[in-house]
Amino acid sequence: MIGEKPRGLRAHLPVIYPALMLGIFFVVPFGTMVAVSFFHRQPGAFYLPGFELGNYRALYTALFGRVLVFSLFLAGLSAAVCVSLGFPFTYFITRMQRRAQVVWLVILLSVLSLSEVIIGFARSLLLSRTAGLSNLLVWLGLMDQPASWSPGFMALLLGICYLAFPYTVLVLYPPLSRLDPARPEAALTLGASPLRTFFTVVVGSLRNAIVAAFVMVFVFTLGAYLLPQLLGRPQHWTLSVLITDQAIYQSNMPLSAAMAIFFMAVSLLLVALTMYAGQEKRAAGP
Amino acid sequence: MNKALRYIFLGVVLAIMSGPLVVVCGVSLNAKKRLFFPPEGLSLRWYVELLTQSEWLIPVKNSLTIATSSSCIALSIALPLAYFLWRYRVFYARALFTLGISPFILPPVITALGFLSFWVTTGLYGKMIATMISHAIFFVTLPLVTIALGFESIDPAIVEAAETMGADSRTVFRTVIFPMVRPYMISGYAFAFVLSLNEYIVAYMVAGFTVETLPIKIFNALRYGYTPVMASVTVVFVLLAALIFGLIGRFGDLPKLLGALNPENN
Amino acid sequence: MSGLLFQNIEKKFGSVVAAREVNLHLPHGKFVCFLGPSGCGKTTLLRLVAGLETPSQGRILLDDEDITRTPAHKRNFGMVFQSLALFPHLSVGENVAYSLRIRKIDKATQRQRIAELLDLVQLSGLVDRHISQLSGGQRQRVAIARALAIEPRLFLLDEPLSALDAKLREEMQLELRMLQQRLGITTILVTHDQREAMTMSDLVVVMGPDNRVHQIGSPLEIYRNPSDTFVADFIGTSNLIECTCTGAKEVQVGDTLLEVAEMPAGVSRGTPVILSVRPESIHVLPFIEKGKNRFHGRVAFVRDVGSSVEIYLDCDGLPLTSQSTPKGRPDVAQGDDATAVLPPESCIVLKS
Repeated sequence: MIGEKPRGLRAHLPVIYPALMLGIFFVVPFGTMVAVSFFHRQPGAFYLPGFELGNYRALYTALFGRVLVFSLFLAGLSAAVCVSLGFPFTYFITRMQRRAQVVWLVILLSVLSLSEVIIGFARSLLLSRTAGLSNLLVWLGLMDQPASWSPGFMALLLGICYLAFPYTVLVLYPPLSRLDPARPEAALTLGASPLRTFFTVVVGSLRNAIVAAFVMVFVFTLGAYLLPQLLGRPQHWTLSVLITDQAIYQSNMPLSAAMAIFFMAVSLLLVALTMYAGQEKRAAGP
Repeated sequence: MNKALRYIFLGVVLAIMSGPLVVVCGVSLNAKKRLFFPPEGLSLRWYVELLTQSEWLIPVKNSLTIATSSSCIALSIALPLAYFLWRYRVFYARALFTLGISPFILPPVITALGFLSFWVTTGLYGKMIATMISHAIFFVTLPLVTIALGFESIDPAIVEAAETMGADSRTVFRTVIFPMVRPYMISGYAFAFVLSLNEYIVAYMVAGFTVETLPIKIFNALRYGYTPVMASVTVVFVLLAALIFGLIGRFGDLPKLLGALNPENN
Repeated sequence: MSGLLFQNIEKKFGSVVAAREVNLHLPHGKFVCFLGPSGCGKTTLLRLVAGLETPSQGRILLDDEDITRTPAHKRNFGMVFQSLALFPHLSVGENVAYSLRIRKIDKATQRQRIAELLDLVQLSGLVDRHISQLSGGQRQRVAIARALAIEPRLFLLDEPLSALDAKLREEMQLELRMLQQRLGITTILVTHDQREAMTMSDLVVVMGPDNRVHQIGSPLEIYRNPSDTFVADFIGTSNLIECTCTGAKEVQVGDTLLEVAEMPAGVSRGTPVILSVRPESIHVLPFIEKGKNRFHGRVAFVRDVGSSVEIYLDCDGLPLTSQSTPKGRPDVAQGDDATAVLPPESCIVLKS
């Protein structure tokens, strides 16, 4: 019964509704956005249908370029931090008893589900002068008086890593939990130290998974929208902020659509390049 | 790796993850209307305010309505699609599955902008129904992936066993397939529900000025100055998420839902 | 004709043939084993009986009724699957009562039947247990009870014991056979374990890697008179020796002449044939003795496992294995000269 070919309308009945829903509410909106990026801006209203490349030409500004580079840099840096911390962390979790694993996963999921707003709020509070970490350090006698550490680049990076860390762990969890425990054990019996085993066997055999996780986290952090506003200064605003700003506050939908499409093209290109590089390395390796 | 080192590492990560929450929790218990940590005097007045002032009650109601209905719609899309994918292995089922996963993988601002241009075009911009459907599509990935996992976990021999015992295909679905997939449906619903409750950018782009959800409300409140109510909202949200995921972890197979292959071997 | 009849059955999956030219008659009340190496089509044959597959060609009749295209859920058979396929969301009792529930039998009767069946498989008291709380052997019994719930016309088992450890498997084999004898139900068991087939069945159907039926017969018949070299080699162990026919009841291997029990039809002088001799039929003498039906050689290895002794001989490049009881153990050690005696009545000639 399973795995055969569907025959007739009756067999296709269950798939019609999901296909319609996804088609109307995902494919059409996406197409609309593409179309809008070629429309003419109409002050006062959202847009005027038409076809012009002006919106794309308008992207060629120093501001857009700077924001794009900064967005990619921030996402790349935080993805690197998250993966390098998240990989050993996930490895430890997957080697735990099942019950302990479940507790850690519940904690991670709870933090993951937190809205950017809440994380931004909590972070800015933690780094603030009146209620932050510095008060704790003053109380411990490590500092003379409380200081404010937010907004700033470090605060923003910390916030984004906090946002992306649970996601990183969940992306790394499946490949790591499927790693045959006999493999590191084999390395140990062959005389490799635990640290060496971790780097040569665990990291080595999961290089593809690490590249994939890096890419996923990179794209995920590109989407950060509120944190740059809450924890960063205006020069730290990312493309997501710029796009929303154009769409909502400047009422320039065509321009923001063009930005979004260009943004997506650039990130897809980077993803493809990273994947390609990861595969090359593997092919060249032993 | 060295055991002590490992525990230190795990402890530091736990501290970093829970640090902000501890501060927020402390602030929410402040007696005065200023953000102080450690709190000066203990009181629950900010929790009471959250539940009594319409300024906060309306967003709470909006968020709950949207989360409940959008995850229902997401489930209604995901269940038949996952069933079809499992039952018949054809390329267009695969393609639809990929389509169902993409909203979650693209940077959210892009999906959000797509929704915005669509709702503006159809004239439903600013209506709650727009937020509901947008969230349903945005989060359809979660029930889709969990339910597909549920179908995968059904040994084809179980279906055949039911057939040899006299069940026709409708009875097989009612008595075997559906009950076996039900826990995965509940998990998928819960994932979508919690994330919808916390989602900001799509809700903001689609109807941010007219339908105020809790995250939008918190962000707006943040701009006009802090109030400890925000801290109490945060605490409630974290507890709600922990409760829902805790229940899934208690009654469901969380490691498997998240992609572990042989949870029982560990 | 009463019983189960296969008429010229063939089953193809795409271009792969899983079973070809199957003609069988399985009488009522018998325990039948489909025996063969993996990939020989024995499971496919069972699935055709169950109605989980339809043959590409031919008919299946049960008591003269054509069931070739009857859907599985209308056949009223009971089947135990290799993976057992127990319903993980139902309790032991609910699993057993599933086919009764489908047939809308009243609750009281269901309860009574569950109690009877669990008693039959010695699981009384476990009605409300969850499947995950059972041991491998207990799961096995639940699957058997579940398949027997409606008193099926045929009881089908697809390698149900393969997941159990050796000791438990042997226990379950005996138990299953005794259960079948008590109920008198026509049973088909698929297995690749020839010992299992020999233990349990009235009738063995041996299938080969060419996806054909090679021989049908009682276990002893098949053991003593294998129809071809595949069966001789697959069932138990055999010394298979290439030789040439030199007379009505005589073959030649090198310089040695052997008298045999019988020459198959169509074999004439000069035809190359295969001689099959079971190890337990070969006697070993601890000295050299000339004569017919005798090979001389050296003892290459002696395997003494207590309950039996196997002697491996090297007779000028021809390897021979002999098996004896500890009592009849010939007085030889590794490296000794010895003579292997092959009694004519145990020398089976097969066409090569």
